[in-house]
Amino acid sequence: MAFMLKDMVKKEWRLASGHRLCPGCPAPTLVKLALMAIDYDVVVANATGCLEVSTTIYPYSAWKVPWIHNAFENAAATISGVEAAYKALKKKGKINRDIKFIAFGGDGGTYDIGIQALSGAIERGHDFLYILYDNEGYMNTGNQRSGATPTGANTTTVPVGKKSLGKLRVKKNITEIIAGHGRVYVAQASISHWQDFMNKVKKGVEYEGPAFINALSPCVRFWRVRSDQAMEVAKLGVETNYWPLYEVVDGVYKINYKPRKPKPLEEFLKIQGRFSHLFKREGGKELIEESQMEVNRRWERLLKLEEATKQS
Amino acid sequence: MIAEKTLVAITGAMASAHAMRQINPDVVAAYPITPQTPIMMNFAQFVADGLADTEVVTVESEHSAMSACVGAAAAGARVMTATAANGLALMHEIVYIAASTRLPMVMSIVNRALSGPINIHCDHSDTMAERDSGWIQIFCENAQEVYESTILAMKWAENEKVLLPVMVNQDGFIISHSVENVEILPDDVVKEFVGEHVPHEPLLDVEHPITYGPLDLYDYYFEHKRQQMEAMKEAEKEFPKIAAKLSAITGNEYDFIESYKLDDAEYVIVTLGSSAGTVKYVVDEMRETGKKVGLLKIRVFRPFPGKRIAEALNGKKAVAVLDRSASFGAEAPIYAEVKSALYTIKERPILQSYVYGLGGRDFTPDHAKTAFDRLMKGEFFEGEGYLGLRD
Amino acid sequence: MAKLKTWKEIPIGGLTEAGSSARFLTGSWRVERPIFDKEKCINCMLCWVVCPDMSIVVKDGKVTGMDLDYCKGCGACASICPVKAITMEPETKFQK
Repeated sequence: MAFMLKDMVKKEWRLASGHRLCPGCPAPTLVKLALMAIDYDVVVANATGCLEVSTTIYPYSAWKVPWIHNAFENAAATISGVEAAYKALKKKGKINRDIKFIAFGGDGGTYDIGIQALSGAIERGHDFLYILYDNEGYMNTGNQRSGATPTGANTTTVPVGKKSLGKLRVKKNITEIIAGHGRVYVAQASISHWQDFMNKVKKGVEYEGPAFINALSPCVRFWRVRSDQAMEVAKLGVETNYWPLYEVVDGVYKINYKPRKPKPLEEFLKIQGRFSHLFKREGGKELIEESQMEVNRRWERLLKLEEATKQS
Repeated sequence: MIAEKTLVAITGAMASAHAMRQINPDVVAAYPITPQTPIMMNFAQFVADGLADTEVVTVESEHSAMSACVGAAAAGARVMTATAANGLALMHEIVYIAASTRLPMVMSIVNRALSGPINIHCDHSDTMAERDSGWIQIFCENAQEVYESTILAMKWAENEKVLLPVMVNQDGFIISHSVENVEILPDDVVKEFVGEHVPHEPLLDVEHPITYGPLDLYDYYFEHKRQQMEAMKEAEKEFPKIAAKLSAITGNEYDFIESYKLDDAEYVIVTLGSSAGTVKYVVDEMRETGKKVGLLKIRVFRPFPGKRIAEALNGKKAVAVLDRSASFGAEAPIYAEVKSALYTIKERPILQSYVYGLGGRDFTPDHAKTAFDRLMKGEFFEGEGYLGLRD
Repeated sequence: MAKLKTWKEIPIGGLTEAGSSARFLTGSWRVERPIFDKEKCINCMLCWVVCPDMSIVVKDGKVTGMDLDYCKGCGACASICPVKAITMEPETKFQK
């Protein structure tokens, strides 16, 4: 299912210019690629967040497809309603075409406040794809910590101070939580590996039933990297095994990319200003080591799950 | 022409479920909560038996129920739901969004006291907390009114000049779980009355993509709110026309208010919901001994029929306004609004506020009689009185 | 800025027109401007893929330049270019 650039450039983006996301933010890139990955008519729901506010400042909208924002915690419930309406109207012969349904949410709207609605929608089996763009914090409101914020990050609600090294808890593994629902297409992707991402979008949309993609989407502003570094830092996330690219389809694991020689986590951390204190402050080194061990543990577990669920 | 009706003995909840079955909405998203649950149980059984072909979305919370209703209505579906008390409170955020996005839908509210402490019985604290949400609010006295109001509500909500969601309120347990005689219209008559749903700018019209729910800042938010105010004014204008059409089928009257032995009454009770039935009984009793008492029942609370109430109460000697909810540190909601409505009339009656029935406390004929007796004796006092409270 | 409309002139429910953000130009945000060297370009299209503002102009399968009405000057295109056909220059250089 390779996407050929020479074919892609013949198509129109389904997200318009003139949106007001920060320079260098990869979230719109993620959206435009997702919508190009499929040729279906599509209705999109969007949780409150950077992507939602910046693309639809009234009276303007960057969305060329039917789009709905309802609230912060309910993108999955909202798209459930849209999808149920589609099923009902199709059954009654009022709609004859094939339409697909996609919801976008950030990590705040997905790991935290929206997890219940998402869990419910997946358990009910609505036919939709949920794309989580994970920028690891409440970046729309100014870098507050979320359940997706990694260990050691400096945020405005768990700031670094004389007695603080930032967030100490580990990042929640929502990809595994969603995989735990069973009968669901689940994938982890990164904006840096955009062809892999597009493939997953296509698979997720084609999958009969709920699908979920967790896509790493750096916040250049609050990860404290340059506006041209989104792709670079996301790629380091993958190369360090911090962000494995994998799929779980009906409980069967498949790792899509295994770095021949994984880079140390430090390389992912040191180019980001949000971790700079870890390289200067007492206790920082230990926290990096702990984080590296967590990365190793999660990677080893993933390898074992792939092996254990291998189909003959 | 008056339709041939079938008399059945059913609960208020079943009356709601029958109305839903006959309306046959495209999507119903709901979550179980006492005392609403029998509505959804009965409706789900109708769907399971093939008597309605609705997509039932069995959501994981009321917040998601209302969220899915918003999604479904925006998509272009005819939508209904039901809830009570804490469920309505959990929906609160999205209740406002449904109205401001101008999405017609009908929600049965089985009125129950809001926590805390937790309580499952009737009062109006749940729905009164939504009175500024932009929804039309209808209150029912009995199961018959529940049935007819639900059908009327669908037509009212979807009126192209209105496009607002409607709450149909019935008192928890008192109406929802009590079996009464209810006259049911034939299915085809209801189907014809509600007609085909013609959605306004549906999301599923993919050839005409539209953006729902943008970020609306100081440049236009105010203008959108002004449109909502206008929609309520239109709702007020459209209601009599829709009511007249339903009257022509049922032979029953539908108005914003109902006057009961009010014309020559000197002492009046204003109330809404099932308590109106109790007050009617007391009015009849007291009339037998020559007391000039009457009832003004509010059927539609939003849009609030202030002028009609003022006209009806002009020249009365004294009026007791009964509230099944309280406003802590302020006047109870119905009392405050009735009082405000009377400001412009010439012969203002003396007013007394009473709070009754909180958390399902029985409202008895004695309570209504006490209220009338005090009006007649001229016993008035500061603040609200309490009916049925141990002092 | 267009004249603001009254409540009677706008659609109800906050609905708004799809794709209308194209009328809002974000080019003035730029502090750096991408300079495109057509000679060096190998038309790999990576800049077109990564541009968050859909500002890489492609005609007949070839990159022809950047749409400065929308380009916010993030530099993602220059950063991903394998042949350094795009360089970032301070915007001040182009202001008179």
